[in-house]
Amino acid sequence: MSRPLQTGKAIHANDVSAFAQDINEASRLETGKSVQKHASRRRPRLHIAVFLAPAVLIYTAVMIFPLANTLRLALYSRIDQERVFTGLANFQTLFFDPIWSEQFWNALGNNFWFFLVHMLVQNPIGIALAAILSHPRLRFAALYRSAIFIPTILSFVIVGFAWKLILSPIWGIAPSMLDAVGLKSLFAPWLGKEEYALTTLALISVWQFIGIPMMLIYAALLSIPEEILEAGEVDGITGMGAFWKIKLPLILPSIGIISILTFVGNFNAFDLIYASQGALAGPDFSTDILGTFMYRTFFGFQLQLGDPHMGSAIAGAMFAIILLGVCIYLFGVQTRMRRYQL
Amino acid sequence: MKRKTLKAVLTATTLTATASWADDVTLTIESWRNDDLTLWQDKIIPAFEAKHPGIRVKFTPSAPPEYNAVLNSKLDAGSAGDLITCRPFDASLALFQAGHLADLGDLDAMSNFSDVAKSAWQTDDGSSSFCVPMASVIHGFIYNADAFAELGIEVPKTEADFFAALEKISEDGSYIPMAMGTNDQWEAATMGYNNIGPNYWKGENGRRALIAGEQKLTDEAWTAPYATLAKWSPYLGDGYEAQTYPDSQNLFTLGRAAIYPAGSWEISGFNTLADFKMGAFKPPVQNAGDTCYISDHTDIGIGMNASTDNPEAAKAFLTWVASPEFAAIFGNALPGFFPLSKEPVELEDPLAKEFVSWRGECESTIRSTYQILSRGTPNLENETWGASVAAIKGTASPEELGTKLQDGLASWYAPQQN
Repeated sequence: MSRPLQTGKAIHANDVSAFAQDINEASRLETGKSVQKHASRRRPRLHIAVFLAPAVLIYTAVMIFPLANTLRLALYSRIDQERVFTGLANFQTLFFDPIWSEQFWNALGNNFWFFLVHMLVQNPIGIALAAILSHPRLRFAALYRSAIFIPTILSFVIVGFAWKLILSPIWGIAPSMLDAVGLKSLFAPWLGKEEYALTTLALISVWQFIGIPMMLIYAALLSIPEEILEAGEVDGITGMGAFWKIKLPLILPSIGIISILTFVGNFNAFDLIYASQGALAGPDFSTDILGTFMYRTFFGFQLQLGDPHMGSAIAGAMFAIILLGVCIYLFGVQTRMRRYQL
Repeated sequence: MKRKTLKAVLTATTLTATASWADDVTLTIESWRNDDLTLWQDKIIPAFEAKHPGIRVKFTPSAPPEYNAVLNSKLDAGSAGDLITCRPFDASLALFQAGHLADLGDLDAMSNFSDVAKSAWQTDDGSSSFCVPMASVIHGFIYNADAFAELGIEVPKTEADFFAALEKISEDGSYIPMAMGTNDQWEAATMGYNNIGPNYWKGENGRRALIAGEQKLTDEAWTAPYATLAKWSPYLGDGYEAQTYPDSQNLFTLGRAAIYPAGSWEISGFNTLADFKMGAFKPPVQNAGDTCYISDHTDIGIGMNASTDNPEAAKAFLTWVASPEFAAIFGNALPGFFPLSKEPVELEDPLAKEFVSWRGECESTIRSTYQILSRGTPNLENETWGASVAAIKGTASPEELGTKLQDGLASWYAPQQN
């Protein structure tokens, strides 16, 4: 720490070159950062490549290459045992052939509904839970926090199976519980009815993942300094007012992140539907989302042989949709969001 | 020092072991039936090896869902076994066309099988066969005999009897008349549509006419089963829309349901689970005295890897599989999987016996959608699942379903396009 003082002295001496040298020397001793800068004039910065290599190689091998190859695969078709380049023909089939496009738009529509239920149910409840949990006078907060978060770490298969049993009209506890409060008439075999199945599954997924927005918002709420809230209190903003006027604006960036995570997660969803309804996403494709549609097409199902090329085209469309959504968020929403320095 | 000695001993034993079997040929069997591993090891293989000294057989199954993928990659890499258990229809046909399965046209033992039995492992024109048929499953209805006796119900022969029986069980109220759900969809098609359907489309006649393009799915013969399925829904119990396949099995074996639309593969499982007397009846015909048709669906075959090093030994094994001896061992060890050879096999399980006796009274056919018709998109089999569910739930009329299926099939299948 004595060096800056010396450089000050150097300026005093009005010796520019000595000043530069001194700076160099100072930073070399203090941070070591410009050593690299200094050295770079003489030899190539090989070490950067060396340090980046593991991450770049692994990421390329497991993410970039498969992604690019999937997109490439979508441009081919198998005709008489031969793989033939067919350009965008698969996409044309997917969007304009009535048999394919009907399934595609159905799946996309279901996907949007799935996402909407999450945005309207999961995230508001998650925020509310976080707000309640961060209340300083709440007892057993840690217990509630863990209890609500636990479903998130369960496997989809377990969640799907457990809920199927709970809602089962034959063995499930849902009908008998409703019966106990005299509301048996409200019970329906939800997972087996076209009009309810998708919403039921979306709510099961909300149940499972509500811990994620809760934890993220909880962390954001905890990071709000007490001084700000106290300053607000002095100005007469307390209770709910403090939440709406002080805390909510401060956690908006976190809510943005949660929205985009929900979007990506929902448009990539597959597991829960597959585990509980199978690859045909019954009843009558009412729970079919892009993930199950892609799986069925790519790997085949029962007597239907797999078609990797059409499957890749669907995967490509999913990729484009997610990319578009993320871009809209990044450029349309995030850049305009006001951030506060805490 | 100790380790070295051990190594030496091991090497020595390996060498002698190899030497003593040097003249033997080892055949490896690829299969998805890992459930049957003990049956093969304890019964089938010893019986074969006793008859054929010098040939040793190894049964190496993989998990059913992975079988097709595992087998394909092994075949491509040239590391697959000598004998290959064949899935029915297109999966095996693709292997034959790719040159992985040998043509068995010169295997005399193939004459032990009927044309229906062989149809699952033939080229479309029937000119070459590539797998020896091993077993089929038969569709029908299993019923709770105690419940029938208690309610005084006769085993139904005609459709009118059948619905009268359902009505009677329903009125009594102590049993769910029929245990089937639509949640998993396939039961509705496999145990519903393809179970009762052959009586309407006259078995093989209708099935072949459909493949030839002479009949259409909009014809009365193909839509009428949907109309009958629609009449099932009041008898399926509360919430059948969300009832899964295991739910239905449990409902029946717990004695809570009286009738179970079944495939014969259920027999061994039900025998261990149900503590009441069970019986079986074949799909009821419309009028007493009509010819009956049953779905006797070819399910497992076995073929020879075209690039095997031991074609003679492999053929000896296949010939033995086609023999009555194999049929007797297999049929009795796995009640519900019926050997396909022409010579009747004496089965011991009463329920299995009942199922197999229908072969003598009725005409056999296979599931209508399995051969050729499920090659394109939309896939007729998968569409039939959805259609059967819709028929039971009443969300579409039989005529609408017929039109939808016909349009889908005609969109890619040339013989149906005119």
